[in-house]
Amino acid sequence: MSQQTAPQPEGKKARPIVPFLRLGDNGEKPHLVAKKCGNCGALYLGSRVACSKCSATGPFNEIRLSDKGTLWVYSIVHQSAPGIPTPYVAAIVDLPEGASVRCTLIDVEPKPEKLPFGMPVEMVTKKVREDKDGNDVIAFFFRPTK
Amino acid sequence: MRDVYVLGVGMIKFGRYPDKDVSELAAQAALLALADAGMAIKDIQLLASGNLLQANAMVGQRILQQIGQTGIPIINVSNACATGSTAFREAYFAVGSGEYDVAMAVGSEQMGKAGLLGGGGSRESVEGILGSGLMPAVFGQAGMEHMRQYGTKMEHFAKISVKNHKHSTRNPLSQYQSEVALEDVMNARMVAYPNTLYMCCPTGDGAAAAIVCSESVLKKYGKRPVKVACSVLTSDPWTPRDLTLPDVSTLTRNAAKTAYEKAGVGPQDLDLVELHDCFATAELLHYENLGLCKDGEAARGIDEGWFEWGGKTPVNVSGGLLSKGHPLGATGVANIFEVVTHLRGQAGARQVENAKVGLAHVIGLGSACTIHILTA
Repeated sequence: MSQQTAPQPEGKKARPIVPFLRLGDNGEKPHLVAKKCGNCGALYLGSRVACSKCSATGPFNEIRLSDKGTLWVYSIVHQSAPGIPTPYVAAIVDLPEGASVRCTLIDVEPKPEKLPFGMPVEMVTKKVREDKDGNDVIAFFFRPTK
Repeated sequence: MRDVYVLGVGMIKFGRYPDKDVSELAAQAALLALADAGMAIKDIQLLASGNLLQANAMVGQRILQQIGQTGIPIINVSNACATGSTAFREAYFAVGSGEYDVAMAVGSEQMGKAGLLGGGGSRESVEGILGSGLMPAVFGQAGMEHMRQYGTKMEHFAKISVKNHKHSTRNPLSQYQSEVALEDVMNARMVAYPNTLYMCCPTGDGAAAAIVCSESVLKKYGKRPVKVACSVLTSDPWTPRDLTLPDVSTLTRNAAKTAYEKAGVGPQDLDLVELHDCFATAELLHYENLGLCKDGEAARGIDEGWFEWGGKTPVNVSGGLLSKGHPLGATGVANIFEVVTHLRGQAGARQVENAKVGLAHVIGLGSACTIHILTA
């Protein structure tokens, strides 16, 4: 049951917390995109001036990433900067296209026994705050696949 | 490049000095190194000052304002946690190039208690929302990779904290100088699993200095020679997950390979190692990264005491960053101070017997790795 972006009041927009998260405005599901180096195939979340693997200045093709992946590793953070609720699971998730993404795992107990390596996880989105113009800021999270 | 020798070293006890300016701390360390070398500030031909948190505030110049404005070239260096060692490298190249005969590196930092957890929580930050890019989680995750690959347990990381705290009881310059029991490390407040409070280096203030010189200067001063056998600096090459989970291993391995080639020694020749244990998980990875044991053997090495004082390859007999402290800019010079002290036989109660070859290693996240090998 993936979360849908809440309908926005007049004049307000929902915007993604990072540019490589697409909210799926045209009825698509929210998803991540990566830039793929046309020369060597390296994947990047976010734009590039040139490829830091092969130095090619392009072309970078945008590919859509799967919303299902596996847990590579994590750390359970108990002490963080002010305003960040703890504990939370800081995770590295591997996606089948060959990209890895830094994310927070939700809907899971923050205990090592509940976080087996390789656990299948799926992406969901949630509003996390409002920006200075009052728009909803949407972030992505991963949770154990049901 | 001609041979470069360490003529003098100095270090102040790491701790908290809220009432002092960081340039005073640095100046004290500089004066200690000068006294150790039998020199005066007028003998120094170049100063490299390593300081991270005041990187844009001309700390090098403020040091000379404290001890002697001789008008010499000053390089202010910042390279994350590798700041101090990069400053040492600048001094090394200044002399090795033949352009200068005597140069000094001073590493200093004044951190207060803020730590490096600041940076999250601002309006635009993704910290905590999209995982964590801060050091506790990054080094927690790096340790987890070893757990995943080799079945290493949290207890192995905890034993490293026990070892380094025990080592520090013999180091009067260490910020903390008491032992801590394994159960206390395991049960301490969790910071970022698997690292508890005692498995994270503290914040603190401190400074260390080193003077390097050419062979002709060394002969004039009649000092016991400690040679800089190599100075190596690497950055993180592209690896598949590096931009998501900073890879502290590949750049260290690259640096180690070059260092051993340049110095003409292997890891088995090292009598002591001062490496970058910013977190207990980091130290374990670096045993393998530096070739102190085979890949996958680190946990066994910890269980069998290979890296303890008196063991096969003593690691962090100073107490390491975990107990000695980690004033960011000072660390890279402080671990050179430690190695030099042992090579001269001046390490007192913690002396590694007959030390002839030592290695100092630092990682600055972002990333930079320095390795210096020193020989007596």
